[in-house]
Amino acid sequence: MICLQLFLRFFQIGALSFGGGYGMISLIRETVLGNNWLTEKEFAAFIAVSESTPGPLAINMAVFIGTSQGGIPGALLASLGVVLPALLIILLITSTLNRLLKYAGIKAFLTAIRPCSAALVLTTAVSMALNTFFGIKNIRDSLQPCYPPVFIFLILVSLGIIYKRKKGRAPSPILMILLSAVLGLASCPFTAGSCIIIK
Amino acid sequence: MKKILTLFYTFFKIGMFTFGGGYAMIALLKNEFTVRKQWLTEDEFLDMVSIAESTPGPVSINSATYIGLRTAGVPGALTATTAVCIPSILSIYLISLYFDRFLSITYIQYALDGIQACVIYLIFSASFSMLKGIVKDRFYIIILAAVSIGILACSLMAVPVSMALCILACGMAGVLKYILFEKEASEK
Repeated sequence: MICLQLFLRFFQIGALSFGGGYGMISLIRETVLGNNWLTEKEFAAFIAVSESTPGPLAINMAVFIGTSQGGIPGALLASLGVVLPALLIILLITSTLNRLLKYAGIKAFLTAIRPCSAALVLTTAVSMALNTFFGIKNIRDSLQPCYPPVFIFLILVSLGIIYKRKKGRAPSPILMILLSAVLGLASCPFTAGSCIIIK
Repeated sequence: MKKILTLFYTFFKIGMFTFGGGYAMIALLKNEFTVRKQWLTEDEFLDMVSIAESTPGPVSINSATYIGLRTAGVPGALTATTAVCIPSILSIYLISLYFDRFLSITYIQYALDGIQACVIYLIFSASFSMLKGIVKDRFYIIILAAVSIGILACSLMAVPVSMALCILACGMAGVLKYILFEKEASEK
């Protein structure tokens, strides 16, 4: 049963995510938090692992969540689900519907989805930040600021900007993840007990 | 048959050595298929990228399917897509066996506090690069603002909204706008 659910959810995610791996992050977060499959912290750990292991982000996340919820069959069905829409759409486009993409109505549909996907990724980042930095999940929660992650975040942002100025491209995500892990360890004398809210 | 084996091998290699998803893969694919193997011309490759970007699904899967199909038909498409997924499936499966035990180590917990901040940074920067790709037009900016504010407000109020429906609704709004305003303009 869980396997079928995994397949259907990832099929939906594969069919509706645009713009690469991060385009599906909002949908995946909605799914895993909504079904109580993962906590916010585990979700962040998943992204970090998917980003630092080889292979497409989307497949990595599907396998990860599939395995954690349904073992090997779960992993296979979740990845099949996320791959299938892409596979079918490309097969259709290149065989029979080559002209479809040039049809103005379809173009209008796809172009209007872009700002929506970008907005969803942005709101995902904002609500993760509110939850992690200030302990706010919804409007009734009182403000419980957790400073170490805020400082680490600010350090990473400034380093990212400096790196981009100097080298003209964004720093490698893996490097940033390693750095943030070290900063997290370095901040442990300050975190002890204060940020237990980040679950 | 030889082409299919080569496809399998090449995409397996690409799946194994690219970190960070689709866009990192595109540079590798370009080098492999337009320069070294010359199975695709530069123009065909650019076509492929624009199709992979404008259709739903992971960019890496879209490109694997497209290139496989172009070079060896449907069997080629299936082979390339499977091959690009196998390294992920194996490595992530192995990691996830030990993941829970790994997470429960106290020091890892501390490191994760930092990593969580980093993941937020990564998602922010992904969203900014997606924002750059949006057509600068009043209609699209309104969609962007409405979705951002609406979804954030709903999640703060703990009102469940389906993001899938939201994406479809935006697409329909685009079609509606086209039918109402642009179709006549283009026919005139």
